[in-house]
Amino acid sequence: MTEVLVLTDVSKVHPGGVTALDSVSLRVRRGEMLAVVGPSGSGKSTMLHVMGTLDRPSSGDVEVDGRRIADLPDRALCALRARRIGFVFQQFHLTEGVTAQENVATALLYAGLPPALRRTRALEALDRVGLGHRAHHHPHQLSGGERQRVAIARAIAGDPAIVLADEPTGALDTANGQGVVELLRDLNRDGATIAVITHDRDLAASLPRRVELRDGRIVADVRAAEQTVRLGVAR
Amino acid sequence: MSDDLTRPVRLRPLDLLRLGAGGLRTRPLRAFLSALGIAVGIATMVVVVGIPASGRLALDRELSALGVNLLLAQAKFDERTQRLPPVPEEADAMVARIGPVTAAAAVANTSASIRRTDAVPPERGSGITVLAARPGLMPVIGAGVASGEFLTETSSALPVVVLGDKAATLLGITDVSRQRPVVWINDRWFTVTGVLAPAPLAPEVERAALVGWQAAKTWLGFTGHPTTVYVRAAESQVEQVRKVLAATVFAERPSSVVVSRPSDALAAKRITDTAFSGLFLGLAGVALLVGGVGVANTMVVSVLERRREIGLRRALGSTRGQVRGQFLTESALLCLGGGLAGVLLGTLGTVGYALSRGWPADIPPAALGLGVGGALLIGVLAGLYPAVRASLLTPTEALATP
Repeated sequence: MTEVLVLTDVSKVHPGGVTALDSVSLRVRRGEMLAVVGPSGSGKSTMLHVMGTLDRPSSGDVEVDGRRIADLPDRALCALRARRIGFVFQQFHLTEGVTAQENVATALLYAGLPPALRRTRALEALDRVGLGHRAHHHPHQLSGGERQRVAIARAIAGDPAIVLADEPTGALDTANGQGVVELLRDLNRDGATIAVITHDRDLAASLPRRVELRDGRIVADVRAAEQTVRLGVAR
Repeated sequence: MSDDLTRPVRLRPLDLLRLGAGGLRTRPLRAFLSALGIAVGIATMVVVVGIPASGRLALDRELSALGVNLLLAQAKFDERTQRLPPVPEEADAMVARIGPVTAAAAVANTSASIRRTDAVPPERGSGITVLAARPGLMPVIGAGVASGEFLTETSSALPVVVLGDKAATLLGITDVSRQRPVVWINDRWFTVTGVLAPAPLAPEVERAALVGWQAAKTWLGFTGHPTTVYVRAAESQVEQVRKVLAATVFAERPSSVVVSRPSDALAAKRITDTAFSGLFLGLAGVALLVGGVGVANTMVVSVLERRREIGLRRALGSTRGQVRGQFLTESALLCLGGGLAGVLLGTLGTVGYALSRGWPADIPPAALGLGVGGALLIGVLAGLYPAVRASLLTPTEALATP
């Protein structure tokens, strides 16, 4: 089985009747790197939440690493997130007052690693994002780009099945943003499966696969090597 | 389905402690201030328990130095005849024959009046009673002589007087070692030959002027009926002696003799001195309650401020239970710190107070244990609501916090 994430006819209707996702189906294979792109209000955030098991769909099936999340209670989803899903957020969400290494190590807490191993893995992850030398710096001593790299290290430290990056360049200037995208590409080349959720069409176009979302529907799913496949408008 | 991937881990206690401490470490001033409330409450509690305990310990030591084996048999004033009952003159000698009794001595109220000089008008009474006393009184009541000497068999027939320490102060005679002043009793001069040291077990003797048995008969119209017999008995037999004492003192009418144990009366009096401690314990409880509310408030604010952290942790795979545990631990640690500081402050306060009073410091270990345990309990209670609130946040809500 090579699919790490499968969405089948997933719909999400928010309380109040707003349909955020409308029969979305998506398969992400191990080792893929894709962009989920769309303007604001297109359902990107809901898509991220559903992909990351932070929210359950109103209907349809979500499978993460072979597990149907509809079958799992909240506790099991937490465990699954702790072990198989890494998140990168636009606002980094680093804890002030503790070092970069501790910020990364925290993520491994919920996967049940003993403290010494958490610290070693955290250091390894920081090395992979090129911040090994900054391990003992506090977030406020780091630049925005460096902070996002720490957040990426946190996401990959547990070796997840998939990394979900929500507007990872949104809070960064162009140069730093490009650096972060380069890092994500490098990680993907080394085998990580990465989904970048963004409104930035240029960024999306630079990735091997682009899933375009509009009004809660997938209107395009394009692989760089393949021909454009138009879906949404025809349907 | 539940496999290894979907089974949540159980956080190690040490990890939970580290999580809880992390929240406090990043906001040290706030943690300090809210722990201070708890510390004040616990410190008050320790002091309120510790000071009376120290006082009681001091009293116990004082009493055991004075002896708790002293009994007192007093003639009861007869309301009907307006007179004291005629207790036999040899009552103390009879009491001394009871097996476990080690010593007995009588005093008798002579109803004589004592004045500093004959120039003081009789209506200006000094408030000092004149007692006829047996020569063996001193060791029985456990008192000593501060100056001069006590009545002897010989001096008992002479016009001499020994003053109790309060009586001596009232008359302005505290030292008789260089010269022997005289005082006016009824209508003649008596020479003061001694001043007693304080006698805590016989306060009535402290306020009296003591004259010899024979002297009282000779010059003060004393009829020879004792009014009080002081009795020392073997400590283990005090209760047995107490039962037969009234009948021995006055076989004809035992009911007109009241038997008491002065050490009990003294203890009761001292304990009422510290009876207000209940009020202070209540105040300490209020302080603790206020401290607990402060901690709850801090925790609620903390949960509000840290919604994003909660969201992040949920995204990282923390279960609701683990979020709850984190905040509960934080609150419990906060109060535990306050409790430990409070116990320390309270101990210092108690020791300081005890030292200033010359008491031995005594803090019941239970008070320390309850202080720390109580603080911990308050921490858990205060943290319960905020922790549950934190755990009920959905990850998407929490992450969406601006």
